[in-house]
Amino acid sequence: MNKHSFPDPLIIAGREFGSRLWVGTGKYKDFEETRKAIEASGADVVTVAVRRVNITDRNSENLLDYIDPKKYTILPNTAGCYTVEDAVRYSRLARAAGISDLVKLEVIGDERTLFPDTAGLIEAAKILIAEGFIVLPYTNDDPIVAQKLMDIGCPAVMPLAAPIGSGLGIRNPYNLKIIMETVKVPVIVDAGVGTASDAALAMEYGADAVLMNTAIAGAKDPIMMATAMRYAVDAGRLAFKAGRIPRKLYATASSPIEGML
Amino acid sequence: MIFHDFLIHQQYSRSFIMHIIVNGESQERSNPLTVANLLESLDLRSERVAVEVNLKILDRSEFPTWNLQEGDTVEIVSFIGGGASQQRS
Repeated sequence: MNKHSFPDPLIIAGREFGSRLWVGTGKYKDFEETRKAIEASGADVVTVAVRRVNITDRNSENLLDYIDPKKYTILPNTAGCYTVEDAVRYSRLARAAGISDLVKLEVIGDERTLFPDTAGLIEAAKILIAEGFIVLPYTNDDPIVAQKLMDIGCPAVMPLAAPIGSGLGIRNPYNLKIIMETVKVPVIVDAGVGTASDAALAMEYGADAVLMNTAIAGAKDPIMMATAMRYAVDAGRLAFKAGRIPRKLYATASSPIEGML
Repeated sequence: MIFHDFLIHQQYSRSFIMHIIVNGESQERSNPLTVANLLESLDLRSERVAVEVNLKILDRSEFPTWNLQEGDTVEIVSFIGGGASQQRS
């Protein structure tokens, strides 16, 4: 839709985004593949992790040489943080390394599921919001937690569809729908998408955007999958706005009876 | 330079060498050394990194004037590819 015939910008904390597909930058073969896949996805928000620089290999390349921060909104995340303290520390480092107050906040509760520690998430979000951060929280598909995150000042919430990297698709569509109905800030479905139909479905349910990484980076052809995801998110969004027909048990003829022999 | 700083400067200048920890790695460095000097010696562009010294995050404008001291723990971080949480390594 971005750049197409139905301009439909997503607005979060006063910032306007053209694409409703947001992408991660992990798990690609190399930076060149990362760059191409992101370009094919049409995304303008790109999430990145914060890590120690490699001080032994002087020739190691920088991700930002491939993803121009002038062209993309760089959204640092606190991936890998299991405590409030770590998540806050990584967020502050991200702000110092970057140019904006945006952070995709993750406080992970468990290594096997990578489900968020929602109590820690709320605590960390409060600290960071007080420091002027724009906190986009990676949360569970729990409507009450989503509500609380909105109440404390998160300008969007990012509930999961399924565990990170699982590709299981939307495991709890009813909870996601409740979140979309009850939360008054944009809802970005983050994590768990496996293929294009999952992304389309999330958008048809009324998600404001979808964030994914593994579904694209882990595909046999990441660049082709990035293109598929771009179409899926656009198609799902258009279908949502156009308004689907109600489901009925029996047929309704689409051709008139009149004029039949 | 006030007298106290001058004494400290003298004290370290005599030794010339200090030990600091950079990203978990112990390094021998000549003293004085600013954060900007350190980044330059590592071929790192200051606009791409964040620097923490003894758990205090520095403002980029402090890099050229921040003198590292014997025993300092320095963390230099940057953005890398990542979408969402990885398992602890």
